[in-house]
Amino acid sequence: MERRGLRATTSTKGRAEVEFFHSVNVDWLGKKWYFLAFSLIFSVAGVISMGWQWAHIGSPVPLGVDFRGGTEVTVQFAEVPNVNRIRQAIDAQGIKGADISTIGNPADREVVIGLPEQMNEKALDVGRSDIESALRSHYTTNFIVRSVDVVGPTVGHQLEKQAALATFYSLIGMLIYLWFRFQLIYGVAAVVACFHDTLITVGAFSLASLFGFNGLELSLTVIAAILTLIGYSMNDTIVVFDRIRENLRLSRREALPNLVNRSINQTLSRTVLTSGLTFLTVLSLFIFGGQVLKGFSFALVVGILIGTYSSIAVASPMLVAYQEWRAKRGRAMALPAAKRGRS
Amino acid sequence: MKKNLKNKVALIIAVLVIFLYGIFGAPSGVTGKDLLQSVRNRIHLGLDLQGGAHLILQVQVADAVNAETDNTIQDIEQQMKKANLTFSQVIKPDPNKPDTIQVQGTAPVQSSGVDTLLDGSRYADEYDVSSGLNNSWTLTMKPIYERDLDQRTVVEAIATITDRVDALGVTEPQIAPYGLGANQILVELPGISDLDRVKTIIQSTARLEIHAVVSGPFPSQQAALTSAGNALPADEEILPATGELAGTGGGDAYYILQRIAIVAGSDFRSAEPGVNQNTGQRTVNFTLTDEAGDKFWDYTSANVGKSMAVVMGGTVREVATIQSGIRDSGEITGSFSPDEVTMLSKLLRTGALPASLNYIEATTVGSTLGADSIREGVTAAIVGVLLVWGFMLVYYKSSGINADLALFLNLVILLGFMGFSQATLTLPGIAGVILTIGMGVDSNVLIFERIREEIRAGKAAAAAVDQGFAHAWTTILDTHVTTIVSAAILFLFGTGPVKGFATTLTFGLAANLFTAVYVSRVIFEAHLNRLRPGEMVSI
Repeated sequence: MERRGLRATTSTKGRAEVEFFHSVNVDWLGKKWYFLAFSLIFSVAGVISMGWQWAHIGSPVPLGVDFRGGTEVTVQFAEVPNVNRIRQAIDAQGIKGADISTIGNPADREVVIGLPEQMNEKALDVGRSDIESALRSHYTTNFIVRSVDVVGPTVGHQLEKQAALATFYSLIGMLIYLWFRFQLIYGVAAVVACFHDTLITVGAFSLASLFGFNGLELSLTVIAAILTLIGYSMNDTIVVFDRIRENLRLSRREALPNLVNRSINQTLSRTVLTSGLTFLTVLSLFIFGGQVLKGFSFALVVGILIGTYSSIAVASPMLVAYQEWRAKRGRAMALPAAKRGRS
Repeated sequence: MKKNLKNKVALIIAVLVIFLYGIFGAPSGVTGKDLLQSVRNRIHLGLDLQGGAHLILQVQVADAVNAETDNTIQDIEQQMKKANLTFSQVIKPDPNKPDTIQVQGTAPVQSSGVDTLLDGSRYADEYDVSSGLNNSWTLTMKPIYERDLDQRTVVEAIATITDRVDALGVTEPQIAPYGLGANQILVELPGISDLDRVKTIIQSTARLEIHAVVSGPFPSQQAALTSAGNALPADEEILPATGELAGTGGGDAYYILQRIAIVAGSDFRSAEPGVNQNTGQRTVNFTLTDEAGDKFWDYTSANVGKSMAVVMGGTVREVATIQSGIRDSGEITGSFSPDEVTMLSKLLRTGALPASLNYIEATTVGSTLGADSIREGVTAAIVGVLLVWGFMLVYYKSSGINADLALFLNLVILLGFMGFSQATLTLPGIAGVILTIGMGVDSNVLIFERIREEIRAGKAAAAAVDQGFAHAWTTILDTHVTTIVSAAILFLFGTGPVKGFATTLTFGLAANLFTAVYVSRVIFEAHLNRLRPGEMVSI
C-alpha cells in the first residue's frame, strides 16, 4: 500500500508541485466496520444526550428564544456588570423567574436577562418593560439595551413546524434531483448520509450543552446552518458519486468495491482541500463572527467535518452494500450505473 | 490574441462593469466617503445590521365578528318589532362563540313569519338559520363569510397601521400579512429600536373626536382665555383650528371646547366621502357604533342649535351647528377639496382599528449591536477571503491567480445582484456570502485537481486544460444545482433572516457557475496562447 502525505515533487517535465495527496491507495471499504462503529457511537451518544436533555430541560437541544418562546433582553453595561446586583434590581421590581447570565467575553460587558414563556399573550410585553424599568431605576444611563426578543407561545411552534418542513422538503428536493441525474439508490445513499450528518450535528449541540457550553442554542440561524451543511455534505457526496459514475462507464468489469475505493482515492485530494478551505472560512466566522453567529458557525464547524467523513464512510459503502444485497438475492450482477449524464 | 478570445474578454469586462454599477450606482464622487454612501444607497441593510424593530401582531378577528353580530342582533330586534313578531330576547348564548345568535321566545303560531324574516335574503347570505327547542331560532355565521370577514379585518388593520407608520415618517417600513399563522401581521420598522416608541406608533391615536363647543372662534389663545375670565374651568380646553376654519377668520382661530368628547376614536365605525344631496357640497359620512349612537342621540337632541367641533390630532377641523338629533350616522360638511375629503375619511378610519392587536413576537436590535454585527461579519468575511486567496496562490501557483480573480469577480457579481434586486443584506446573508466563497473555491479545486490528473496522465497543456474543464463541469453542475435546490426551498419556506441567507447563497452560486467555469476558462485560454510549444501550465 502506497500512501503519501504532503510532499513537493519534481515530475518529468521539471514541474514543482505542492500536493497533499498524490496517488493514495487506501482501502476505504475495508474499514467499513470501523466507520459503522464510529457513526453508531456518535449517533447513539447524541441520541442518548438528547433523551437525557428532553427529560431534564424539556427539549432534546437547548432551544433559542425564537423556538422556545419567552423574553430575552440583552443589555450592555458601561462597566463590568455584577450579576448579583442586577438580580437585586430585578427582584426589587417584583419580577419572578428571571434568568440572568453574562455572554461572550467579560470585556463585552453583556448580560442576557431571560424570562420564561408567558402563556398569556397580553402579559408578554409586561415582562420586557418591567426589566427595562428595573434597570433604569438602578443604573440610570450606564447601560444600553442591545436587543430585545419577546416571543409568544404560538410563534415558536409555528417556526418549529416550518423549520422541520423546510429540512424535509429540501431533502426530498435533492433526492429527486439525484434520482433524475443518477439513480434512486444514489439519491437514497446521499440522503441517508445527510440525515446522519444532521443527527450527529444536532447531537453535538445537545452534548455541548450537557458538558456546560453556554450559548449554543438551536435557533432559526442554526437551522439555516444545518441546511447549509446538508448542502455541503451533499456536495461532497456528489463529487464522489460523479467519479464512481464516470469510472463505471470506463471500466465495466472492475469489481464494485475496488472501483468505489479508487473513486474515493482519486477525489481525495479535492475533498481534503475543499473541506479544509471551507473549514478555514467557517472557522474565521466562528472566531470573528461575534456572539450572534456563534451557534451558526459551531454547527458548520461540526457539520463540515462530519459531512466530509460521511460522503466517504457512509454514502459510498451504502452503494456497495446495496449491490451486494442485490447479488445475494440473485438479481442481475449489473452495476447500479448511472443512466444519464454526459462525460 | 485570437478574435474569439478578445470577444470573451470583452464580455467579462462588460459583466464586471455592469455589476460594479450594481454595487455603486453612479457615485457622486470618488472619495471613500462618497463610494461608501453610494453603496449604502444601493444595498439595503437588514434590521439585524442597522437596528430596528420586528413585530408579529395577532389580529383578534373575534372582535370584528362580535361587532358584526352585535349589529345583526340590533337589526333583528328592529325588524321583528316592525313585523309585529313576538320574541323575548335576541342574544349570543355562548360568549366564546361570537358568531352565534339566538332569537328566544318566539310565538309558535308565528313560526312561518319568523322563518320568512330570518331566512330571507337579509340574513341568509351571512348566516345559517335553524329553529331549535323552546321556540328559539339560531343564526350561525357561515364559515365562508366569517373567513372573508377575518381577511377584511386583517387587510383593514394593515391599512390602519400603515397609515399610522407613514404619518410618523418611518423610512422603508414593511407591514404585510405574516404567512405562518392565521390573521397575523408582520411589522418591520428600521431604525426604531425602542419598543415603547413602536407601540405608541402602532397604537397611535390619530383619533377623531367630536366635542361640544363652549365658545369661539377667537383670534388668539389669549383672547379665548380672556373671554373665559382668565380662568378656564377644569372641564374645558382651548384648541386651535386649522385649514379652512383658520383661514375664514383671516388668521388663527381658537375655540373653547368641553374637555371630554361626546364621541371619539373607537366610537366611529366607518367614514366615507360623500356629497350632500341638497347643496352638492362634499361631505364625510360617518357611522357610529350602536352604543355611541345612543350617547350621541341623547346629546344632540338635548342641544339643538348649539355647536359641535370635529377635533383631530389636537386641532379643530370643523365646527357645525346641531340642526336636530343625530343617532348613529351623520355627515361632516365643509368646503372640502376632493383630496381633503378622502384624507379626512381615511384619517378618520385610522382612528379605529377593526379589531384589537396582540403582540405575539417582538424583536428589536439596537443600532450599536447592528454596527458591531456588521464589523464582525465583514471582518470574518475578509479574513476568510484572504486565507483562501493566500492558500490558492501557494498551492496552485500561477493558476492560483486565476482562481483568485474568479473569486473576486464572483463577489462583485454577488454584491451587484444585491444592488440591482434591492435585496436586503442580513447577518445570515453575510454568512451566505462566506459560504459562497467556499463553493467557489470548491469549483476551482475540482477543475485544477482534474487538470493535474490529466497532466499526470501525460496530456499536453491545452488538452489537459480542456479535459479538466470538461470532466469537472458535470460535477460542478450537479453540486450547484443540488445546493440551489436546497437554497430555493429555504427561500420559499424560510422567514426573515433565513430568507436573506438563501438569497445571497442562490445569487452567489449562480454567479459562481459563470466565474469559476467561464471566466477561469478564458483566463486559462489566454495563458495557453502565450505558452511556448511543449511548455506546461503552472498549476
